[in-house]
This record gives sequence, C-alpha cells and structure tokens, in this order.
Amino acid sequence: MTWVNAIVQGILLGGLYALFACGLSLMFGVMRVINLAHGDFAVLAAYLALAIITGLHVPVLWSALVVAPLFGVVGYLVQRFIIQRSLDVSPLTTLLVTFGLSIVIQNGLLEGLSANSQSLPSGSLASASFQVNNQLSIGYESVIVFAVAVVVLVCLQVFLSRARLGREVRAAADDQEAATIVGVNVRHVYGVTAAIAFATVALAGVAFGMYSSFNPAAGPQRLIFAFEAVVIGGVGSLWGTLAGGIILGLAQVLGSQVDASFGVLAGHLVFLMVLALRPSGLIPARLS
Amino acid sequence: MTDTSAMAGRQRVTRSKRSAAWGAVVGVVVVAALFSLPYLVYANVTGVLVNLFILVSLATMWNLLAGYAGLISVGQQAYIGVGAYAVFVLAGDGISPFLAIPLAALISALVGLPASFLLLRLRREYFAIATWVVAEAFQLIVVRFDSLGGGAGAPLPGMVGLDPALRQAFTYWAALAVAVATLLGTYLLLRSRLGLDLTAMRDNEVGARSVGVRVGQAKRIVFLVAAAGAGAAGAVLVISQLFVQPTAVFTVQWSAYMIFVALIGGLGSIEGPIVGTVIFFFLQQTLADRGAWYLIVLGAVAVLMAMWVPRGLWGLISDRFGIRLFPVGYWLHGTNPPARGPLPSTENPAT
Repeated sequence: MTWVNAIVQGILLGGLYALFACGLSLMFGVMRVINLAHGDFAVLAAYLALAIITGLHVPVLWSALVVAPLFGVVGYLVQRFIIQRSLDVSPLTTLLVTFGLSIVIQNGLLEGLSANSQSLPSGSLASASFQVNNQLSIGYESVIVFAVAVVVLVCLQVFLSRARLGREVRAAADDQEAATIVGVNVRHVYGVTAAIAFATVALAGVAFGMYSSFNPAAGPQRLIFAFEAVVIGGVGSLWGTLAGGIILGLAQVLGSQVDASFGVLAGHLVFLMVLALRPSGLIPARLS
Repeated sequence: MTDTSAMAGRQRVTRSKRSAAWGAVVGVVVVAALFSLPYLVYANVTGVLVNLFILVSLATMWNLLAGYAGLISVGQQAYIGVGAYAVFVLAGDGISPFLAIPLAALISALVGLPASFLLLRLRREYFAIATWVVAEAFQLIVVRFDSLGGGAGAPLPGMVGLDPALRQAFTYWAALAVAVATLLGTYLLLRSRLGLDLTAMRDNEVGARSVGVRVGQAKRIVFLVAAAGAGAAGAVLVISQLFVQPTAVFTVQWSAYMIFVALIGGLGSIEGPIVGTVIFFFLQQTLADRGAWYLIVLGAVAVLMAMWVPRGLWGLISDRFGIRLFPVGYWLHGTNPPARGPLPSTENPAT
C-alpha cells in the first residue's frame, strides 16, 4: 500500500513540476531561450506572496491572484529590456545573462531578508485530505495544485491554438522573419510569451511555497526540476511537459521510498538516461 | 618575436608584436616575484593569493570552454569536486597531497571522458543545464559514501606533520604552479594546430567545419583539458582548506565566480580572466564586510558587460592600445601596411 500511496503522491507532485516547467518550455519553444533565473523568480514570487499574506492578512489563494499578474508585467519588461538585448548579442549571451540575474536575485534576497527557511501558511488546507481507505489519504492541497497545473496547461493550449495572439506566438516561434513580414510585432509577441511564462512561474512559486519551505538559495534546484520535466517530456509539447513532470515526480517519490536520500538523485538519473537515450524527449514537439 | 614566413616585398608575418616580447619578460619577472613572496610577506597575504590563483585557473579553463569552444558549462564544479576528493582519497593512501595534485587533474579528466560522450552531443542550452545536473548528481553520489566523509565532510589526511609556515608556503607554490600551468597550457594549446581550429570555431563554427576543422574532436579535447584544470584547482582548494566538504566543492557558486570573472575580464582572450580575477578580488576585499553584496555587484556588472561589452574589459584595452600579452594570432608587418593590423581570421572579435 505504501507503493500505491507513493505512486499517487508522485503523480500529484508531477503536476507541480509541470506547472513549474510550462513557462520554461514555452520560452524555449518560442524564443529558444532558457531562463536560468526561472527558479529564482519562482522563489521571489513566493516571498512576495508571503509579504502579501502577512501584510494584508489574506489567504494564500488571494496572494496568488496578485502575484501572478504582477509577474506577468515583470516578465514582459525582463524580456524587452534584458533578454531581447542578450538575444541580439548572441544566443549564448542569454544563458550568461540569465545566470547572472539568478545569482543577483539569490543574493539580493539573502541580503534583503535572511537565509532562514520560510513557508506559506495555507491554513486549514495544509492538513485536510481525502481518506480513500485507512492507508491511503490524499491531501487537498496537492490535488488543487495538480488541478491548477492542468487548467493552466489547457488554457495555454487553447490560447496558442485558438486566439489571434496565440497564433502570432506560434508564427514567431516557427519563423521569426516570416512572421515579421506578415505584420507580427515579434518583439512584442516575445514579451507576451515571457509575460505568460512569468505568470505561470509565479503561480508555481506560490504552490511550491505551500508544499515545502523555501529560502533564498532554493531557486536553482527548482530550475533544474523544471528543466528535467521539460526535457523528459519533450521540448515544445505542453502535454509532454505534464508527462515529464509526472515521470520526474514518480522517480523522486519512488526513489525516496527505496532510500530517503535517493529521491532527488533518482530524478537526476532518469533525466540523464532520457538525455542519453532519447534527447528529443518522450513526446514529440508540436509547437515550434 | 619569431618570423614564421617571409612574404613578398618588405612585408612579413610574425606571431607577435613587440608588446608580446615585453609581455614575456614581464611575465617571467612577475612569476619570479610571486614565487619568492612566501619569503617576504606574511601568510595572510599568500593565503588571499592562493584563492586568487585558484580562481584564475578556474576562469581560464572556463574561458577555454566558453570563449573558444562555445560550450557554456554551469557544471565545472563537478570536476572541482572530483579533484578535491581525488586528493582526499590519495592522501588517505599515504601519497603526499601536493604530489597528488597532477594525479587529481588526470583523474578529473578520466571522469570527464564518459561525461563528455553524454554532454557534447547536446545543444547549448541542454549542455549548460545537463553539466549542472551532472555536478549535482556527483555531489549526491559522494554524499552517500561514508568513507568519503558523507555529507559532513572530513579533514584532509597527510598534512598533520607539516610545520604550518612550511605548509602555507607549499600550498601557495602549488596554487601558483597550477595557475601558471593552466595559463601556459592554454597559451600553448591555442598556438598549436588545435588553437587554430579553436579560433576558427570561435569565430564561425559552421565555417570552421566546412574547411575541415574536426569540431567534435576539438571540443572533446577542450572539455577534458577544462576538467583536468578544474580538478587541479579543486585539489589546491582542498589542500588550502585542509578539509573536504561536498557542499563547499560542488556548489554552483564556483560557476558563478568563473562566469563573472570571464565576462568582466573578457571572453575569448587569455588575458581576460586574469583582468577579471583581479577586479573580482578588488571588489571582494572592498566589500568584505558587506556580506553577499560583492556577488550582487559582480553579477550586475557581469550582466551589463555581457549585454553591452561582450568582449569584456580586456577587449576594450587591447582594441584601444593594440596590446596582446599572449599572442596566439599572426601579425602582418610591411612598408605599406594594409588597413587592418592583424590578419582577419585570427584575432578578430568573436561574433
């Protein structure tokens, strides 16, 4: 029964990783940019949510409704003023610049706040759970996070395939020059893509803050998990990202069943195995 | 200054300008002065310089990877850790830690070989994060061995009998030797046939491939050399700290240091990492009592440099004054010189 429990927990954890990863996948699929500060922006969002919760005494879900749009704006600005400029220099520069941003954010948080671990108070949600039978119980919190991840992925899919702006995003991803010729403002579209990615990473940051504690140095590991989910699932495929998140979540939870300290390593090993055997990921790309 | 070929008329091609001959003289004098330092100053000065030499070595190796082979690695700390633990294990077997440094470099390269087959197939973004994951995996594996000290770490054996003053001097000379070896090694590598290939790759990888450069092989050699260099630096690190601890050697902070130093000093030149390291230490010492602020300032400066001055400070200096301390290109001299000084393919900015 502990294994069934572990599998359920692994799948639900995978939803969180998918939520983390979809922004990374979107930016890589459209702009060929990996934002190495992705995890640090998530941690930043969690700190902002904490400040809103303790300052305004509102529940954690309300803080997410403030933080996500705010990070959308931040994402648009970061794209237009920092990432675009780096892209113009060379694709390698985007890696170096976003890595620099990551270190600046981490140490800025460290100096401005403290190295202490924090967590978001989720009130009665934290302990509430379905009791399936006397050995298997499923926390509401993780089910809500999984549901949010699926809803976000569905919305993204609908937006990309149906909306006019979504069509422009796909056009810019396929061929930047051709998109420009037919009247797409590619830089604006890139900004919008980054805005969506940052809004999702803010949601993921808040969700992760409810799940587990965070500190200023927590960002890089969140980035690595997100990237692993993207690669395992296959770049550019949103449902692949969900599958990749679930596989990573399962690997980690099942790994820690074997030995408590083996969980994260098991996830890394699955990722390296996919890289070695099937670098294009398990599910072929449709976007890009 | 050595003539490599005589051309028609009074034009000739040399490998260097006069500034480089002076550079060689200055280099020998500087190394000799640095060598004698333990006789002249207190150990706290040489202690700071040990860290500086470690960083010069690391940044030089990272610059060889990124500046020439176009490989952005965020996981060189994997080989710092391998080098550090190699010294730890060898010292446990009774080998002097100082003599173990070259062995640690070799072991790092050997560990890097299988990793290179996995990593070098990957595109640049994949490569960057996959190197990082490999480093994380190394750390998580090392932590599982109690004989290696587990997560808490362990003191380095084989150092107890040594007089502290002598130990500090030896550590200093070892660090200096590793720094000189990485710089000289990089210089000689770049002047060799492989260096020509690498410089061509730096300027245009597809073009280099089309004229017969074996890009894959060149990248593998650079990857292994960089692993060996990082391993040697890790070996010196653990000798200077007398203690090996997984989080200290495998931290991604090392990558931050290397990248910031190389970006500020200038990618794609040997001088860049030296200039960058000096600025790094100046900032670190100035902001020493302000916690992590030096990293914030360094990171911000490095980001701005990468965006607006991609060739770094050394790029600015050498463009302004035409100085090359480590000449790896060819210069054309003549009575009616062409508009451009250096031959186009060898010393021009990376684009």
